This record gives sequence, structure tokens and C-alpha cells, in this order.
Amino acid sequence: MSDTWIVLGATSTIAGAFARKLAERGDGLILAGRRMDALDAMATDLTERGASRAEPVSFDARDPGSFAAVLDAAQAAGGTLNVAVFVGSMPEQSAIDADPALVDGVIADSFTGPTRFLTLALPVLEAQGKGTVVGVGSVAGDRGRLGNYVYGAAKAGFATYLSGLRNRLGRAGVHVLTVKPGPVDTAMTRGMEGLPFMAQPEAVADDILRAVAKGTNVLYTKRIWLPIMMVIRAIPERVFKKMEI
Amino acid sequence: MTGWRSETVTGWGRAKRSECQVARPETQSGLPDLSVAAPAIGNRRSYGDAALNDGGKLIDMTGLDRILAFDPEIGEVEVEAGMPLGTLVRLYAPRGWLPAVLPGTGFATVGGAVAMDVHGKNHHKAGSFGDHLTDITLIQQGKARRITPKSGAIWKATLGGLGQTGLIARATLRMKPVSGRAMLVTERRAMNWAEHLRLLDSSKATYVVGWIDCTATGSALGRGIVEEAELTPGLTPPPKTPRKVPFDAPPAALSPPVVRAFNAAYYTRVPAHGRTLVRPLDAFFFPLDKIHDWNRLYGKRGFHQFQCVVPLAQADALRAMLDRIARTGQASPLAVLKRMGPGNGNYLSFPMEGYTLAVDLPNRPQAERLIAALYAMTAEAGGRIYLAKDALADGAVIKAMYPDHAKWLGQVEKADPEGRLATDMIRRLDLRRLP
Repeated sequence: MSDTWIVLGATSTIAGAFARKLAERGDGLILAGRRMDALDAMATDLTERGASRAEPVSFDARDPGSFAAVLDAAQAAGGTLNVAVFVGSMPEQSAIDADPALVDGVIADSFTGPTRFLTLALPVLEAQGKGTVVGVGSVAGDRGRLGNYVYGAAKAGFATYLSGLRNRLGRAGVHVLTVKPGPVDTAMTRGMEGLPFMAQPEAVADDILRAVAKGTNVLYTKRIWLPIMMVIRAIPERVFKKMEI
Repeated sequence: MTGWRSETVTGWGRAKRSECQVARPETQSGLPDLSVAAPAIGNRRSYGDAALNDGGKLIDMTGLDRILAFDPEIGEVEVEAGMPLGTLVRLYAPRGWLPAVLPGTGFATVGGAVAMDVHGKNHHKAGSFGDHLTDITLIQQGKARRITPKSGAIWKATLGGLGQTGLIARATLRMKPVSGRAMLVTERRAMNWAEHLRLLDSSKATYVVGWIDCTATGSALGRGIVEEAELTPGLTPPPKTPRKVPFDAPPAALSPPVVRAFNAAYYTRVPAHGRTLVRPLDAFFFPLDKIHDWNRLYGKRGFHQFQCVVPLAQADALRAMLDRIARTGQASPLAVLKRMGPGNGNYLSFPMEGYTLAVDLPNRPQAERLIAALYAMTAEAGGRIYLAKDALADGAVIKAMYPDHAKWLGQVEKADPEGRLATDMIRRLDLRRLP
């Protein structure tokens, strides 16, 4: 029986590249996201590329009422269930300062939404005793930076959750992969100048698939971010608080 | 929302470059607003400045590369403009369908293939890319407009129309049914110019192309290898991982002695009595795609490609051009001779019945002089220059070579009255009246 992947936040650029690679090896795809017109177009494309199934399902990380339908669709598809989480949002820190209500959305998109979804999926995953959960966090979650610390805090929360989930699901035979990308060349980063070590979405998708196959626990992509973040994490807080990086 | 990024955009020949603001939309809904502002580009496989807009904006369409619909009964596939043709081969050949016309690189996008009305090794049988499309969706001044071959003038102005009749957003290809997933290729030596033409003229094969040794002179002038191919059922080894050229090569890499030695070896690798072999589809159609960024072999200064077509009766003029190229010793190993079938009447489409010669020349001052002379000889012979390759021509010469230019201009001015889709090539050749 083939693999079925739930892709949360399927219209994101990285998710799109990832889904294409899954499609070309014939996996089934449940495409979960908010923009149904975009998901419909994606589903047609992925079916033509070889997906054994590509089904768009309406999903909003901020609306737990939308979660059950996604799981139902995946179970109807059959096969080994896998989940890949690509949701997240990153408003400017200044926009958050001007409208504190934005904090709730950022936390829901990157942390509480996917956490709640995965909690729902847990019994299925544990019962099947195999499969993979891919959670996409960010290098921004490794340290609270001046420019995006609300986003960073949400990603840090998600990373900690994934660490615990790995501890639990690992015992049942389900692997959990935490992905921490640096800047990726997507619509989200196009307007920003001067981002270092920019990765291409296809390369990130390749890295994720390789890490899934190898059973990697935490993947930095590009790989250069692993040593960089080791250094940044090691900077004492009394020094870090005066830095602008 | 789509942001803009500052980028140095070059043509494939890397001899021309421009500083542009580039957007890369990923959904069709992101398109209409943008299209008011800027020309669209694909994978940047035009050699000169056709996809450049120095100091202006460009819309990179490679993020719009979805399959929108496929009809397995008749092999019609509708795709977004950023779809690379090589991807269509990879996805549909195993299902029995192949794009009817394929250029020499699978990286070329459908949008680019429309804007250049590209041709392939089967032009004499199949015509050019536009002859196998059933519709195109243009975005003109923010509004989508679907055109078909029955649309008349706007269709003829769009195929080969350099992207000036509106942003090319989508197109539907009528693919051809194929039973095979491999090519049966016959290679034969042609000892000189006369034999080369004779082999091209007498071939009955679906795909025919001649590789020409541009370093051979005298009695060996025009020698080369004629390649004839048909689709065939058969298994081929799985594709290898593409290799890359990691840095700009030093100038000596393609110096005349190196090229002469390479060409001699390339020629004699085919036995005197010829040979037949089975090749994978992509190796046959896109021989250079195996080496990513091969254009870097020409070093930092880049290169030019000269490509002309002359009427059948002017074969001697083409021979004179080849003689001139050979005597200067400037040519690279990449040179191709082919017999083309009749043109299709699209206003700026390149193909016309005759012989086409394409030669890569490293970018040096003497190359520009040589190309200028070759352009003059082409004009004299009643031939024309391929705009997908050009970086150096003079506008008046091009307009004389494309007598339907005025008809094209009429459609373009209606479609884009403010000249927002103009590129460096359009300005250099003065193809439009711009504000």
C-alpha cells in the first residue's frame, strides 16, 4: 500500500516543491490550505505528475473546526498516513507592535494550530506504528531576534512540541522530523533584500525527503545553518541582547 | 502580494546583461496587475537581449509551471507559461505523448517557445511550435484574452512575436502520439559541403540535423555528421544526474587548437560507413542539458550565436558564409546545419523554406565583425536572422528580413499601447514606436 501525505499549508512554495516530488513517486496527497482555487489547480497538476490521489481540503490553522475533515480525507484515502506541516505566517514586527491582536494569528499559524492538529492525528499514527511527521519550523526559532521574535517564539514552541512528539511517537515506530530552514527563495522573501544563504525551494524539498529517508531528527537547510545557529545559540544573553543580527 | 528583487539578468550567451527588478509570481491570480507593468521571461534561454529590460521590470514566469488540464484521448495539455518543455517530455512520453516540436533545450518554457515560435529537428515535417497549439491565453492591459488559430492577426502576431502582444499566461499544446520512449539514431559522415547538403536533401527521416565542423576548410569545408532519427520502442538506461560547470572557464578552453582537435575527434568517432544506435529521448532532443550552465564554458565574456536561414536556391551563399567562418577560425564546436520546411506565415516567425546554419562564437571584438559580415551576407541572400539568438543586428536590416513587421506592429500597438512590454531587444532593433 502506498503512502498518503497530509500537507498542511499546501500552497506555500516549499510545500508545493515537496508535494511535486511526492507526486512523482506516486504517493497520495491531501492538500490542506485556505485558498481553494489554488489548491484545485495544484491538485490537477499533481495528479498529472503521478500522484495516486491529490485531494484539496479546506484547512485554516486558526480554525480547529476545519481539522477533522482533513484527517477524514486522509483516512478515506488509505495507505500509510504521513503528515507534513508547512503552515506559518510572519508579519513585520512593527505591524505586530501596531496591532497586538496579530500575535494570536502568528502563534496559531506556527504553533497552536499545527500542534492541535497533530494531537488529533496522534491516535491514528500510534496505531499504525509507522509513517513520518515532518514539522517545518525555522532557524528563527533558535533565538529571539530583534526583527521577528514573535514569529521566532511560535516556531520555538513548535520545535519543542515536535521534540516531545518525537520522543513519544518514536516508541510507536513513527518518525518525527523537525526542519529548520534559513531564508528560502519564495514569494514571502522576494521583497526582502540582502538575506544570507538563500535556499531554493526545490533544494529544500530534496533535503527534507532525504532526511525522511534517513530518519534524521533535526534538519537545518541549507546545512550551513547548523554551525551558524550553534554559534548564535552559544552567545551569552548579556552579549546577545546588544546585538542586531 | 509579489515583491520585486534587483537582479542582473543575462541572455544565454552572457554577452548582454541588464539590471532589472524581477518579480516571480506563483499563482495566476497574482498576474493581471503585474502584467500592466512588465515583459515576461522564462528560463532565459534566448541568447541575446530578447528577455532583458535594463533599468526596468521583468516578470519571471518560472513559478507558474502547472499543468492545468490534460485530455488523454487527444493528447491536449493546457499548461501555464512557465512550464519547461523537458518536463512535458518527462511526464508524458511514458504515457505515449510527446510535444510535436521540441527545441534544442528542455529548459525552454512554453511561454518562451510561443514568443519565439521555436522549431526543432523535425521542422521539415512538423513546422514550428505554434503550428501545434490550439489556444493561448494572453493578458492584455490586465485583462485575460484567449486566442486561437482562428483569431487571425493577433495569433500570427503572437507566435514569434517576442511577447509584445500581451503577457503569455497559458497555452494548450496538441501533442503527438508516440509508441516509443527512445530514439533510433543513424549517424553518417558527410565528407564535405556538397555531400552534407545531399544527405540532408535526400533524407526521409522525421528528425534530421547536421553537425558541422566549422574548422574544416578547403576541400573538407562543410564536413560533418548527419543525424537521422525516428522514435522507437525500446528501453534506455535511467537518466544520469546532470553535471554542472562550476566556474567560468578560462579563455583557452575554446581556443582554435582545442576546437580543431575536439571536432576532428567528434567527426571520426562515427565510423566511415556510419552507425545506428538507440538513445534516450532527452539525450537526443536536449543533448547539452546534461551539463547545466554549459554557457559558462565560454568564460566571463560569454558568446554569440549566429543563426540564419537562406532560401534553398541560395545554398551557395550559405557555403560562402561557412567558408568565411572557417577561415577566421573563431567557431566553437557547436554548429548545426539543417534543412527547413516552409514557413507558417506568422509575422515574425523565423523559419522559412531553406537551409539554416547556427554557429556559436566566443564573444571577442572580431566575432562582432564576423557576425556583422554574416548578417550582410544573409540579407543579400534573401534570408533572415533568428531573433532568439540575436544580440547584434541592426533594426533596419531585421525589418527588411521580416516584411510582415508592420502587420505585427499594428497588433502590438493595440495590445500594449503604452509600450510597457518592450525589452532591450525591441529598443535596440527599434521594432516599436515607443513613447
